[in-house]
Amino acid sequence: MPGANSAAKMTATPVTRVLGVSALAATALMAVLGLIVSPPDVIQGEAVRMLYVHVPSIWIAYGSFALTSTSSVLFLRRSRRRADQGRHYDRLAGSAAEVGVVFTAITLITGMLWGKVTWGTYWQWDARLTTTVLLFVTYLGYLALRRLPAEPTVRSRRAAVMALISFVNVPIVHYSVDWWRTLHQKASLSVGRRPEITGEMYWTLLYSTLAVTILATWLIIHRYRVIRLEELRDEEGLEALIASRLNKDVGSH
Amino acid sequence: MSAVVEFERAISVVGSFPVLTGLDLRVDQGEILHVRGENGAGKTSLLRACAGLVSVSSGNASVLGFDMRVDRRAPRRYIGLLGHENNLYRDLGVREHIEFRAASVGARASDTAAALEQVGFPQQLWTVPIGSLSAGQRRKVAIASLLVGRPQLWLLDEPHAALDTESRKNLDAILTEASTSGATIIFVSHESPGTKDIASRVVTMDGGRITEDPGAD
Amino acid sequence: MLTEILLVARKDLRVERRAKIALGQVAPLALLILMVFAFALDANTSLLERGAGGLYWLAVLYGGTLLIQRSFDVETDDGNMDALRMSAIGMPSLFLGKALALFVQITVLQLILGPGILLLYNVGVVDWALLFAAAIAGTLAFSVCGVLWGVMSAGLRVRATLLPLLLVPVLAPVLLAGSRAFETALGVRAGAGWTWAGLMFVIAAVHTALGLGAFGFLLEEG
Repeated sequence: MPGANSAAKMTATPVTRVLGVSALAATALMAVLGLIVSPPDVIQGEAVRMLYVHVPSIWIAYGSFALTSTSSVLFLRRSRRRADQGRHYDRLAGSAAEVGVVFTAITLITGMLWGKVTWGTYWQWDARLTTTVLLFVTYLGYLALRRLPAEPTVRSRRAAVMALISFVNVPIVHYSVDWWRTLHQKASLSVGRRPEITGEMYWTLLYSTLAVTILATWLIIHRYRVIRLEELRDEEGLEALIASRLNKDVGSH
Repeated sequence: MSAVVEFERAISVVGSFPVLTGLDLRVDQGEILHVRGENGAGKTSLLRACAGLVSVSSGNASVLGFDMRVDRRAPRRYIGLLGHENNLYRDLGVREHIEFRAASVGARASDTAAALEQVGFPQQLWTVPIGSLSAGQRRKVAIASLLVGRPQLWLLDEPHAALDTESRKNLDAILTEASTSGATIIFVSHESPGTKDIASRVVTMDGGRITEDPGAD
Repeated sequence: MLTEILLVARKDLRVERRAKIALGQVAPLALLILMVFAFALDANTSLLERGAGGLYWLAVLYGGTLLIQRSFDVETDDGNMDALRMSAIGMPSLFLGKALALFVQITVLQLILGPGILLLYNVGVVDWALLFAAAIAGTLAFSVCGVLWGVMSAGLRVRATLLPLLLVPVLAPVLLAGSRAFETALGVRAGAGWTWAGLMFVIAAVHTALGLGAFGFLLEEG
């Protein structure tokens, strides 16, 4: 069955297998480097290890959301004339947003834990933290919109427009929140001095970013495939439906 | 005779359901076409595809000379579509509503009175909010809303539903007159309209295709 | 184009004039919200005075969301959206017309809420010009964002929950800016009130541009 063959191809190719194994290995090495090899910070102590997850996560989150927006623009351009064009951009936008949301959540959790250690409180009305929460909720809304039971083309188009607007909004939100915190409350709490990042810490951070990027890429590819497979399942059902409608037709004459 | 609607092997998919499955249809100017078929045969979808509300994903489709696969919005302003629903703002007065519809298709609001008289809508109800009208009266307001725009192509989904015998005859007269003055009419009903069929041709749909068409070659 | 914008706006306002949802239901509800805030803060006068600006915009957000919902329920009812799609009205005109009608309705809402905070929260105005500028800027931003997200969730069964989820993160900067600008105008806090008002104008402008470009995509189906 050609359908089954292509479906099998979609879940495993040599390239993605290698990518998957590298993601696993890279993450393991990252744990070793971050937890054992790199030294504790002079001021922040062991808590600094959170940095190796926190910083790459937010970078991946922003990167994923940028990918979502770019794909959405391309999708809107391609599907302008023909509703059935550009579906792959839509799938890419969706899978990137899912991965982005997961990494935003990781950023928030590690950020709050870090806050507990350095500021003594989980939540500080820090501009970056507040912006990130709003970003998180925005893209949760985006995913909610994508999941709705509506006509696929309508849903994709609405989601693409939303992704675009949300991305334009990121600087507005960031700017206004930043301004809100700096304009009125002249730093009541010093917002955690950034640790000096040098030597092993620097290299570990750089390496972690690479490892997490590989992991995220692998995740996005797989989410893309799952979405594609779901569509294939629906399409096969569709072909069966057309066939059964036509057969019924032939049968009645 | 020039073709107003021309579909060739048209396939349309709504959601994940194929509503048109390779439909062939040609309708010439001035025709009154009656499309028959059982529930779910694709009659409503055919009307919506003609109106450009449902896209044709394969095959050819042109309406009023516009290629629907290139720009399905282009012919809309020349088309009057009446679906299952009446497309009425229930909080507007009858007259207000028709004036809005007239203005929104670029027609003159001054034709409102004539349109309401033509469908036989009692004058004392012209200012009443639509929400308080009966089903039959609403249908008449909906027909008047179309009439005021003087469409070149009428697409009507069960237009006789909810109308009494007198009003049905009246509607038939309106449609016949429109077709004589050059408009094309496609209407859908799963049964005979109850009066003498005004159609110049009757086709039957089943499974998203035309299965019986005396005009096909 | 102006004719079309006014046509759409007038239609929406006529619907409202007959149905009296904004005036008869949403405005009293928003006033009630102002009262309930006082319960939450235990009628602590100094707290209420300081928070008046923020509470005001929260009440506007609440009432505004209901009005946005209503604005699109009118269109999805009885298949009216189809008639709009079939009409000759351009998408930009439709967007601006609906935004204009919302602007008027949210302004009316604020004409009731404004005196509400002055009386209930015992605040005085020190800068009327700033107060009005901020109110206008905020209302503009609310209206254009509202139409944009209103059409996004229009016709979906879950719109009642989806609309606020999508709308609030986008309007968060407006709430922030509105609150700060009002606090300055009410003399509660010295600050760059005018700059905040300016920010709201910028947000309104950005979303107007986005809406003009995207509205056609959002309204079309199939």
